[in-house]
Amino acid sequence: MVMSHADPHHTRNPGMPLDPAMFDRVRVNKQASERRAAGFGARRSVKKTHQAAWLVNAIRLIDLTTLSGDDTPGKVRRLCAKARAPVAPRIADVLGIADMGLTVGAVCVYPTMVPHAVEALQGSNIPVASVATGFPAGLMPLDLRLREVEWAVAQGAAEIDIVITREHALLGNWQALYDEISAMRDACGAAHMKVILATGELETLTNVYAASMVAMQAGADFIKTSTGKEGVNATLPVSLTMVRALRDFGEATGHRIGFKPAGGIKSAKEALAWQVLMKEELGRDWLNPDLFRFGASSMLGDIERQLEHHATGRYAAAHRHAMS
Amino acid sequence: MQISDILQTMDYGKAPEDSTIVADWLARHENGFGHFIDGAFTDPGETFEVQNPATAEVIAHVTQGSEADVGTAIAAARAAQPGWAALSGHERARHLYALARHVQQHARFLAVLETIDNGKPIRESRDIDIPLVARHLYHHAGWAELVEDELPGTQPYGVCAQVVPWNFPLLMLAWKVAPALAAGNTVVLKPAEYTPLSALAFAEIARECGLPKGVLNIVTGDGATGAALVGHEGVDKVAFTGSTDVGKTIRKQIAGSGKGLTLELGGKSPFVVFDDADLDAAVEGVVDAIWFNQGQVCCAGARVLVAEGVEDAFTAKLRARMDKLIVGDPLDKNTDMGAIVHPVQLERIKSLMAQGAAENVEITQGTAPEGCFYPPTIVTNVQPASILSTEEIFGPVVTVTPFRTPSDAVALANNTRYGLAASIWSENVNLCLDIAGQVKAGVIWINCTNVFDAGAGFGGYRESGFGREGGREGMQAYRTTPAKQGRDRTLPALTATPQDSGPQGLDRTAKLFIGGKQTRPDGGYVYGVEGKNGPVGLAGLGNRKDIRNAVEAASKASSWGGTTGHNRAQILYYLAENLSARAAEFADRLTSFGQSTQRAEAEVETAIRRTFWYAAQADKFDGAVHATKSSHVTLAMNEPLGVMGLVCPTDAPLLGFISLVMPALAMGNRVVAVPSQVHPLSATDLYQVIETSDVPAGVVNIVTGSRDDLATTLAQHDGVDGMWYVGSAGAMVEAESAGNLKQTWVEGDGARDWTSPEGQGRAFLHRATQVKNIWVPYGV
Repeated sequence: MVMSHADPHHTRNPGMPLDPAMFDRVRVNKQASERRAAGFGARRSVKKTHQAAWLVNAIRLIDLTTLSGDDTPGKVRRLCAKARAPVAPRIADVLGIADMGLTVGAVCVYPTMVPHAVEALQGSNIPVASVATGFPAGLMPLDLRLREVEWAVAQGAAEIDIVITREHALLGNWQALYDEISAMRDACGAAHMKVILATGELETLTNVYAASMVAMQAGADFIKTSTGKEGVNATLPVSLTMVRALRDFGEATGHRIGFKPAGGIKSAKEALAWQVLMKEELGRDWLNPDLFRFGASSMLGDIERQLEHHATGRYAAAHRHAMS
Repeated sequence: MQISDILQTMDYGKAPEDSTIVADWLARHENGFGHFIDGAFTDPGETFEVQNPATAEVIAHVTQGSEADVGTAIAAARAAQPGWAALSGHERARHLYALARHVQQHARFLAVLETIDNGKPIRESRDIDIPLVARHLYHHAGWAELVEDELPGTQPYGVCAQVVPWNFPLLMLAWKVAPALAAGNTVVLKPAEYTPLSALAFAEIARECGLPKGVLNIVTGDGATGAALVGHEGVDKVAFTGSTDVGKTIRKQIAGSGKGLTLELGGKSPFVVFDDADLDAAVEGVVDAIWFNQGQVCCAGARVLVAEGVEDAFTAKLRARMDKLIVGDPLDKNTDMGAIVHPVQLERIKSLMAQGAAENVEITQGTAPEGCFYPPTIVTNVQPASILSTEEIFGPVVTVTPFRTPSDAVALANNTRYGLAASIWSENVNLCLDIAGQVKAGVIWINCTNVFDAGAGFGGYRESGFGREGGREGMQAYRTTPAKQGRDRTLPALTATPQDSGPQGLDRTAKLFIGGKQTRPDGGYVYGVEGKNGPVGLAGLGNRKDIRNAVEAASKASSWGGTTGHNRAQILYYLAENLSARAAEFADRLTSFGQSTQRAEAEVETAIRRTFWYAAQADKFDGAVHATKSSHVTLAMNEPLGVMGLVCPTDAPLLGFISLVMPALAMGNRVVAVPSQVHPLSATDLYQVIETSDVPAGVVNIVTGSRDDLATTLAQHDGVDGMWYVGSAGAMVEAESAGNLKQTWVEGDGARDWTSPEGQGRAFLHRATQVKNIWVPYGV
């Protein structure tokens, strides 16, 4: 069995004109969001074989990421090798998943690393995602940011993770935010666009909701929490807010938008909590990689350890697994 | 099942909680449980079966407590009480800390046992019930340490009889036992017959902790055992949590016994959603409100009132959310709703729903397994008159009714005989606080629901009971002030026919005072008032209809409670000044009743000072901000009871009247006062003082006449929220108060000297107010 990466019938979000009425009366209650978010871990429990399956599923959802100043072609090749074979064969055999063609959802790198990743992933069907638009702060002239997107796409990136100008969201300048993201969407062309809101810097959930809605109106295929470089990265309450925004957008327009929490998600337990959130709030379809990704670099290692424990009944050590 | 199969469905699978340790414990007790009396378990007597409602399996046999068992337990508690109260607060605190710690250490055992006995999901017993039990014990260990300092002048009641319900068996035990023991009382507690096991396990824990014998006694049994317990003459204080019907029965049963009483009863709490609410948050609130503990929650937000403009959107979200609920095995960690506690309760739910269905409401239900389960249920197109809107269902059934405006929402919210709790959802805190002030309920949750903490008071208004559990107000319910006994005194018969001679000097016509006007008594009769040298005048002979009119006038004067303490203070000061200006005239009146001039002048002077004192308190008897959970402000506001009936002492005809009326007025109540039957003219002389002091019409109403006839009408009046009575018919007042569970305070004539400091104080203010706890979570 080979798991496909995307639903072939999934159509892209064409966007729509800016419509503040879809968000400007929405106020998100923080305490209630936190209470609900805490419930995903407490109300739902996935054990034994089901837990193994949910962790395998999480691997399909990972945008395996390296976004460091010291990235080199060699480091990227190592990452790509792990992306192709995320679970050691000795574990996959015991779990009965050796023939399912399990890979991560994508590999995510800086623009200059895109050609190396594309080369290393040839023949794998694993898409390369590139951050762009002056990642992580985005404070570059717009024309340069658009050229960066075009460049990354030309190098073979199939997905572009753009960052928004936080200033526009913080000042409530939604038209400027909309125009900017629309231009980036055009620059992406056929590449899918993930819009990083840098929620840690937007601070309030009400702002997060509004920025999510503007991003989707401007044509985002995915909305994504964080660059991984803000002081606060992906949290469950922020994710809940964004997920409810994309649900509301879908109800209003009929378009299905993807969600990507990123930054600081390191453990197998967190992989379960976020999947529970998606299933409870949106349903089964949002546990597929065309609608849900984790931005993570170290989570895969923890998942592999848990899967080995499931396969052998013995607790595993990280140094026995191939590093990325 | 293979991983590849699970990947298709992404089901959660089963996540069963291991229950072998509890099963072993039950097996060790397969010969049946006795009571826990005087530090030891008795041999099982005549027993009844206890079932796991989720499986219908018989899991234990528990002893049906007899009157003799109850007597033995009370005797043990009585014997232990002086020693327990004589311990220092610190020593009692150490015992309570030990209980708290051991509950924490045995937390999972208790959670699994509770789930097996009650049918509630393990997630709730594990994450909510048992942690709150431990928190309650810790909090009250602190109170044991501090009670002498924090509540000076009070003492424990003695022996407390406590009866708890089956919905939160161990948590309700903790709410009862912790403050009682902290305050220095000893306890005989009866758990509910459906769910007695966690109380027995708690008794084992108490034994493990070395709690002194006799301090805590557990007697199991049914309602008859409970009735024997609360009715036993060896009991000093009764605390009951359960249905309003049983609460009323207890109120009548112990009327006149002098026992303290607190009642935490039923509810039909409103859950108000405004159009600017975070609707998704409010939907989760409904989950926490009515699908928590299968809806078997006295404070459950069972009546959703939603702004008409967002009703459809809200209901659609709520239905979608309901579809996600997992109903089934309570021991599965993924279960959202478990079993209904007992087939009898399930039948009650089904019966009420059948009656509701006949009213053409629209019913949407989730799914539930066969057996003692009921599906989560939403009822729409339901009118306030529907039985589903008025009756407490105590099941997972929520009604949804639209409102138009904030005032419409308040009117619907208060359209109930209950007043336990309310939830208010809006992102506009101005609106939330405005509504919180207007809803008649003891607990108000803003943008949250079913939030509990030992540091805040919990308890109801209206027929949801009286008294609070938790916080300072909860501790006050387990401490009393030493009260002297009054004496029964037969008042001289009233003569409503012409007297042998008329009064000397000025002959005023003393009418009644209702709605700001001097009015003739409805019956058209007067009665003679005797002085030391014969008749001193005639007073109106008020009757039931005068009381009715007075209560109606008082009800209309509701703005008095909303005016500032400052304004009320100004009016009371003004009244005192006007009284002062006419002091000589009032002293003369008292002299005419036979008092010495010196005593008469002293009584007038004390009345003036007392009025000043309560005027001063009007803007100072504040509430509190309780220290509860992080990112929550928990406001404990002292609110007036509403309309109070005040039946004044026979002696001290002026000062007795002032001593009851002024604290009630200062706290914002409107009053219907019955002056001393024998000497009513000191009160009727006040009409002009009241009229010239800017007291709004209807705030003070005075009806003279036969004390106990008028008291009976007041006690039976459902529009009267509280009643103070001084005289010999206190038992009648307490029994009749059960009709609407108005709060009462009765004592005999002569129980206190009204001219002394015991005729005044904060205790009067406490009795004139009820605490409303408002929870305000915050954060952006």
